[in-house]
Amino acid sequence: MASPIRVLIVDDSAERAALIEAGLVASGCEVLARLAGRADLHDKLNSFEPDVIIVSMECPDRDALEDMSRITSQRPRPTVMFVDRSDNESIRAAVQAGVSAYVVGGLSPERVRSVLEVAIARFNEFQALRQELETAKESLEERKVIERAKGLLMKSRGLSEDAAFHQLRRMAMDRKMRLAAVAREVVAAAELLL
Amino acid sequence: MTPLRLGFIPLSDCAVLAVALEKGFFRRHGLDVVLSREVSWANIRDKTAVGALDGAQMLAGMPLAAAAGIDPVASPLLTAFSLDLNGNAITVSNELWQRMQAAGAVTASSNGAALRRVIDDNRRSGRPLLRFAMVYPFSTHNYELRYWLAAGGIDPDADVQLTVVPPPRMVEALERGLIDGFCVGEPWNSLAVLRELGRVAATKYEIWNNSPEKVLALSRGFAERDEELHQALLRALIEAAVWTDAAENRAEVARILAVPRYLNAPEELLAGSLTGRVVFGSSAAAVDMPDFHVFQRYAANYPWISHAVWLLAQMVRWGQLASPVDLLATAKAAYRPDLYREAARAVGIAAPEVDLKPEGIHRAPWHLGGAGGAIEMGSDMFCDGRVFDATDVVGYLAGFGAGAPQMDLDALAALNS
Repeated sequence: MASPIRVLIVDDSAERAALIEAGLVASGCEVLARLAGRADLHDKLNSFEPDVIIVSMECPDRDALEDMSRITSQRPRPTVMFVDRSDNESIRAAVQAGVSAYVVGGLSPERVRSVLEVAIARFNEFQALRQELETAKESLEERKVIERAKGLLMKSRGLSEDAAFHQLRRMAMDRKMRLAAVAREVVAAAELLL
Repeated sequence: MTPLRLGFIPLSDCAVLAVALEKGFFRRHGLDVVLSREVSWANIRDKTAVGALDGAQMLAGMPLAAAAGIDPVASPLLTAFSLDLNGNAITVSNELWQRMQAAGAVTASSNGAALRRVIDDNRRSGRPLLRFAMVYPFSTHNYELRYWLAAGGIDPDADVQLTVVPPPRMVEALERGLIDGFCVGEPWNSLAVLRELGRVAATKYEIWNNSPEKVLALSRGFAERDEELHQALLRALIEAAVWTDAAENRAEVARILAVPRYLNAPEELLAGSLTGRVVFGSSAAAVDMPDFHVFQRYAANYPWISHAVWLLAQMVRWGQLASPVDLLATAKAAYRPDLYREAARAVGIAAPEVDLKPEGIHRAPWHLGGAGGAIEMGSDMFCDGRVFDATDVVGYLAGFGAGAPQMDLDALAALNS
């Protein structure tokens, strides 16, 4: 069996770095360290001697990583993942996921690609998680505003809870708006009148 | 219509782009533009290559490195608009400045020689090499720093250690003693001085008067697909540059750039260099340098083929461009003065009619005849007094003697006759 690929992760987000590490370890890589971006990145890189560095595109440190050819002059000349110019689709996928990879040792393109595929998948997964969290927050907020609007209608028009909800829903349907949007308007209007 | 997406890096010299949006110049020319704040030059290059950005503020060397096939993506880019002249500086740590002063540092040109004496002293006492940072391998900062060091008799590849540090981490690196100096754009030199961590040893202006800095580059595919859109963009940028460069507007430029979506920095920090009041050291008084940033005067926005050839010559000089190429043809693949001229004519701004100009021969302001009237030009001297002629790069490179490049200059000459 080939020796494990030694990976260093550079990411300002500790949570995401942990997720990527888990994915890489599961696919047989050895993760040497997770570094948050910092000014002494060069020295750290030298002490770890990775084969591949996976970096988040949100870190400004990419520009420093591109310059590794001079600081690692004793080892094989490093190449950027993007050196394989025929490989436009993986470049696009990597850029869209917000990940980039720098190859330090003499790894074959196939092995780099497999590391990168894991990283891209994990970056996308993290993105999806963040999205889901946003959506959950939003629906919680929406439920609250609908409840408030219902309460306001019940009080001002003497309606039952059921009747208030039906009225809200009819307003939404008539005006082709989402229920939460109508509820927000009801609340805003009530606040204006107070 | 989907909006045009243009990337920028939070630096004072993204000013023309920010002004074009905030003061309505894009809108006036029928353009819907989204400015996207980016964190690295590598991101800007890659996003432009895959179409996530239509174009961006770039280092002048980037479209040229792509045209020469020496950057990792080599996706074709073109520029018809230079965003500014000057604007950078070399700052050294207080400790190094004290040693340079003891060794006779006074002016930008004498400072290099003083640094050389400090380096000699370090060598005798067995101290480690001094470390200097710049921002990207194909950056003007890299070439300015190397030019200044070499002019002081210092070999940038042997006598010091050069490293890349992203601008937002520069001041921290200086503070922690990880580097002894850096070459970077504003406001980072001003911040180092304000925080009493360093002293400006040379400005870009002093290294090469009125030298080109950033460009607005588009992916070639995008620019060629919609030529009228590109022209409208150039027209908007030319008018925005006129506004940005006017002395009476500079305080407002600082105010525009200070907000979170641009530089997210105190307005006072930006205002110094933008209003031409430059502080070299924490105990020094501000010096009047109205040309520290030039955004439109002196034909600043014109993409001179000769500037492009000078940058390519630096890539040869420092070994980045290792195989001989036709330099003029490479420059013309990335730099498009013809497109600039067309847009300038449409908005009634005088534009140069020639693509090349000699550098290092004007000590004082001069006039250049152009389409639409004479253009007032600034001085163009180098700190070492050399002259650059874009039609004789081989002779220029051979003139550096010991610092001459490894490339076979006869082979280069054969392609550039």
